[in-house]
Amino acid sequence: MPRPATMRNIHAWLLLLPAMAFIVAFTHVPAVNTFIHSFMLDGKGGAPATFVGLEHYMYLFEDEVFRKALVNNLLFASGTIPLSIGLAMLMAFLVNAGLAGQSVLRLCYFVPTVLPMIAVANIWLFFFTPEYGLLEQVRGALGFSGINWLGNESTALPCVIAVAVWKDAGFFMIFYLAALQQISPSLGEAAMLEGASRLYFYRRVVIPLLMPTTLFVLVNATINAFRMVDHLFVLTQGGPNNASSLLLYYIYEVSFKYWDTGYGAALTMVLLAFLGLASIGQFGFFERKVHYR
Amino acid sequence: MALFRKTCALVAASLLSLTLMAGTALAEKVNLTFYFPVSVGGPITKIVEGMTEQFMKEHPDINITPVYAGIYRETLTKALTALRGGEPPHVAVLLSTDMYTLIDEDAIVPYDSIMKPEDMAFTKAFFPGFMSNSQTGGKTWGIPFQRSTIVMYWNKEAFKAAGLDPDKAPANWQELVAMGKKLTVKDESGKVTQWGVAIPSTGYAYWMLQALAIQNGVELMNAEGTKTYFDDPKAIEALTFLVDLAGKHGVSPSGTIDWATTPRDFFERKTAIMWTTTGNLTNVRKNAQFPFGVGMLPANTRPGSPTGGGNFYIFKKSTPAERQAAVTFVKWMTSAERAAQWGIDTGYVAVRPDAWETKAMKDYVASFPYAAIARDQLAHGVAELSTHDNQRVTKALDDAIQAAVTGSKTPAEALKAAQKEAERILRRYAK
Repeated sequence: MPRPATMRNIHAWLLLLPAMAFIVAFTHVPAVNTFIHSFMLDGKGGAPATFVGLEHYMYLFEDEVFRKALVNNLLFASGTIPLSIGLAMLMAFLVNAGLAGQSVLRLCYFVPTVLPMIAVANIWLFFFTPEYGLLEQVRGALGFSGINWLGNESTALPCVIAVAVWKDAGFFMIFYLAALQQISPSLGEAAMLEGASRLYFYRRVVIPLLMPTTLFVLVNATINAFRMVDHLFVLTQGGPNNASSLLLYYIYEVSFKYWDTGYGAALTMVLLAFLGLASIGQFGFFERKVHYR
Repeated sequence: MALFRKTCALVAASLLSLTLMAGTALAEKVNLTFYFPVSVGGPITKIVEGMTEQFMKEHPDINITPVYAGIYRETLTKALTALRGGEPPHVAVLLSTDMYTLIDEDAIVPYDSIMKPEDMAFTKAFFPGFMSNSQTGGKTWGIPFQRSTIVMYWNKEAFKAAGLDPDKAPANWQELVAMGKKLTVKDESGKVTQWGVAIPSTGYAYWMLQALAIQNGVELMNAEGTKTYFDDPKAIEALTFLVDLAGKHGVSPSGTIDWATTPRDFFERKTAIMWTTTGNLTNVRKNAQFPFGVGMLPANTRPGSPTGGGNFYIFKKSTPAERQAAVTFVKWMTSAERAAQWGIDTGYVAVRPDAWETKAMKDYVASFPYAAIARDQLAHGVAELSTHDNQRVTKALDDAIQAAVTGSKTPAEALKAAQKEAERILRRYAK
């Protein structure tokens, strides 16, 4: 009869086995497969793939489109993450303040999240259409000259960021709202008694108390910054001239339009590396700043 | 117990007979999946589904499921994804230029392998201009179905208002610029309310550039699909002309011009002249609230337009019975009467000369002479840009065109970069 401690260990591993099987099958095995496949060149027409070593990785340095997609993605992240979190926090403060019509406002803020991205992107496509899109009609009425929002390299990415922020902010607002409602009102009353301004109260009491939510929302926002490419299919198809191409969209193009799955695998490894670094950075950095209760 | 045994036996017997009946029923009907794209305006999906219904009425032993699969690129992605997943369609309409890609992926079979040599004579019934993107290595891989050329549409009312003869379209590049300048209308604040010319630079930008290149006297690729000539000085001149329409001459809007909204811009009188596929002809006829003209593209050193559009391909993963059924379907859809009706309903060029001799088509052309323009332009037609790994190579060219049109690269820089990329992609096919 094995020692009780060993039996406990065996039991523990057996209990973990189902969950582990899923994680390994759907996360680790594909990741390892992708890593191996990134060293191969696809054969055409059912021929087996040939080993080419680091050729795909070497091409990464030359590929202009990859560089553009990566830079765009970093810009996209630096745009969507602070904007959607800041907006979500602001909206949560607004709908928690006990104003009249609060539930309607909450509904309005949350509606973008429940709408399917493709439907939403088609509506935004109309907003951005030159000449008779909604934005252009408003600007025309105010007397400004026309801009081709999605057809200009300098404005295509900001437009794509705007749609992403619009979609995400409502979702994050819900988390902040829940966290805000956990904060005891006695804190607010004590701050008022001590003579602290509302701004000081928010800055020094509420926001630090929201840190756990902020960490969660930050991780979500970072993942979304790399994951959300659905609107690109409808709005810009990555154009003009890859000005709004994002890394995952480029991976789709390479892997499923051109069927160069070896190079697509190399690109995927780059994406994995970035996401891994982001996670380590976030959890490491926030270890000290987050106070869980 | 005896009752139980009897019931079991009865159930087993009825199940067996049911499966046998189902088996024989299935053996009588051939089931085909048919992917088709829609890249032009109009109720195309309804028309295609209607034609398929009609075919099934006339051929009760063949059952076809038509699947609308998006635009050409999406349909190709869908078909290849299905192929890799093991369940490709049996027959599909895909770009004629995807022929090399489909052969490389071992996705399709040539019609010569399905039909007897004496039956292959039916391919001679089609316009040679359309067959040039459909045959390679002495075999026929695609049968033309929705084929087109680029044509120039112009707003006759706008021409009259600008003091131009409404029945005379620009015949060459100089006239295009001169007339475009007259047609560009500004309001008091200097904002343009009507542009002279709109040549789209999204969607099928490479197709438009190929037209300009042909008119300037240069071919963009070789016949085998293994080499491209994007950085030829004449090609750079063609792209410079396109860029100058917006920049130097001010007759086109700056930035990219969207493929899908250009017809609507034309209806809304935002542009007086537009270049787009003849497949939009019926769409324009229905929606333009003004008299309009359709003409061949203006020439520079020569007139010309690339052909375009989709062919029927038959996929490899199919039984001999399914292939025969698919061939029957393809021949029916491209018969003279069907091709004529399809051309009338959409504006695509009816793909065979005898279709133009049917009564329906003759009457149609008599009532609407512009319907024959695209066919007449076939005399100056050139095979569409088609290489191995075609999607990737045309993307490189599309990017170059968009870079030039938005001003982030000069036409020379953009095309040189595209040529370099194309050479990299094609090096494994160059033999």
